[in-house]
Amino acid sequence: MDFSGVIPAIPGLWNGMIMTLQLMVMGVVGGIVLGTLLALMRLSPSKWLSRIAGAYVNYFRSIPLLLVITWFYLAVPFVLRWITGQDTPVGAFTSCVVAFMMFEAAYFCEIVRAGVQSISRGQMGAAQALGMTYGQMMRLIILPQAFRKMTPLLLQQSIILFQDTSLVYTVGLVDFLNSARSSGDIIGRSNEFLIVAGLVYFTISFAASRLVKLMQKRLAV
Amino acid sequence: MNYNWDWSVFFKSTGVGSETYLDWYISGLGWTIGISIVAWIIALILGSVLGVMRTVPNRIVSTIATVYVETFRNVPLLVQLFIWYFLVPDLLPDNLQEWYKQDLNPTTSAFLSVVVCLGLFTAARVCEQVRTGIQALPRGQESAARAMGFKLPQIYWNVLLPQAYRIIIPPLTSEFLNVFKNSSVASLIGLMELLAQTKQTAEFSANLFEAFTLATLIYFTLNMSLMLFMRLIEKKVAVPGLISVGGK
Repeated sequence: MDFSGVIPAIPGLWNGMIMTLQLMVMGVVGGIVLGTLLALMRLSPSKWLSRIAGAYVNYFRSIPLLLVITWFYLAVPFVLRWITGQDTPVGAFTSCVVAFMMFEAAYFCEIVRAGVQSISRGQMGAAQALGMTYGQMMRLIILPQAFRKMTPLLLQQSIILFQDTSLVYTVGLVDFLNSARSSGDIIGRSNEFLIVAGLVYFTISFAASRLVKLMQKRLAV
Repeated sequence: MNYNWDWSVFFKSTGVGSETYLDWYISGLGWTIGISIVAWIIALILGSVLGVMRTVPNRIVSTIATVYVETFRNVPLLVQLFIWYFLVPDLLPDNLQEWYKQDLNPTTSAFLSVVVCLGLFTAARVCEQVRTGIQALPRGQESAARAMGFKLPQIYWNVLLPQAYRIIIPPLTSEFLNVFKNSSVASLIGLMELLAQTKQTAEFSANLFEAFTLATLIYFTLNMSLMLFMRLIEKKVAVPGLISVGGK
C-alpha cells in the first residue's frame, strides 16, 4: 500500500467530484420538479391523471437504476433523432442527467405525496372556503407546508442519489469513482485509489446524513 | 425514424452456437435470481444478528453493529463491489489468492464477489429493519419473558424475534426487491446476468428497443408478483392485535 500517488492526482479527482455533484444536483432539482408534478397528478381528482402517474411510479420503482442509465444512454440519441428529424449528438452526460431526473422523480413523487397527505384536511377546507382555486390552494397553502415537513426525507433521498451517481461508470462518464479508478490504473495503484474513493464517499454521505438528522430534530414539531 | 421494429428477434439465432436471444435472457435471469437468493440469505442471517446486536443491553456490542451499519450504508454499492472484486482478493493469503484468481473460473469468482458484496450491503439495511421491529414490540413482552426466567438468548429467539419478523415483512420485502434490482451491478464486473445479456442482445441484434423492453418487462413482472405474494403472506402471519390485521 502506497498512498503517495494520491496527492498529485487530486486535481483530477476534484474534477470528477464536480461531475458527481453536477449529476446529483441536476438529478435532484429535476427529480423534485417532475416528482412534484407527478404527485399532484396522483392526488388530483381526475382518475386518469392519477392512474398515469401511478403507473409511472410503479414502473420506475420496479426496474434497476443501472438499467435506466444504460437504456437512456443508448436510446436518447435515437429518440431525439426521431423527434427533431436530424442527428443531434447527445453526450453521455445529458442522457445520464435525463435518466436520473426521470428515475428519481418516481421516488420524489412518493415523498411529496406522503408530505401533502400529511397536511391536515382542514387546511384544504379553509383554502376552499376562502374561494381559492385548486391551483392556488396547492401553490400557496398545501405545498409550502408539505415541503417544510418533507425536507429531511428529500435530503436523505439526495444522499442516496449522491451515492448512486457512481453508476454512470457504466457509460464511461468520468465522475468521482471513475476518475479515481483511472488515476489509480495509470500508476498501478488501483487498490489505494479505491480505498480513497470509498473513504471520500463515506465521509461526505456520513456527514451529510448526520446533518440531516440534526435538522430533523430541529424541524420536529 | 429508420428503426426496424422486429419483435420476433428473440427467437432468432444469436449466431453463437445454436442459441436464440431468448436463451440468453433465460440464462441471464437465472444468474439474476441466483445472485439475489444467495445474497438475500447472507443479508437475512447477518442482518438479523446485527439487528439483535443493536438492541442488546451492552454498549460495546451495539456500537459494533452501529459502526457496521454506518459503514455499509454510506459507501456506494459500486465502490463496495469493486472493493470485493479487485481489492479483497489481493489481501488474501497467497494460497487463497491463487485459488481465487487462477483456479476459479471468472464467472464463479465474479459471482462470489457479487454475492458477498450484496449480502453484506443489504445486511446493514436488514439490520435496521430488524431493530425497528424489535423496538416496535411492547416492552412488556421482554419484561414478561424475563419474569418467567428466560435467559437473554431465549428472550430473543422465542419471544422477540418471532414477533418482530412478522411486523417487518413489508420493509423486508422491499429490501429483497432492492437486492433483486441491485444485482444488476454484477454486469459491471462481467457476470452475464439479465442486464448484461440485455446489453449484449441490443448490440448483437441492433434491436435496441425490443431488447430493453423485454428486460424491463421481466424486472417489472417479477417485482410486482413478488410484492403481491408477500402481501398475501403478510396477511396470513399478521400478529393479531399488534397491527391492523387485514387493514390496507
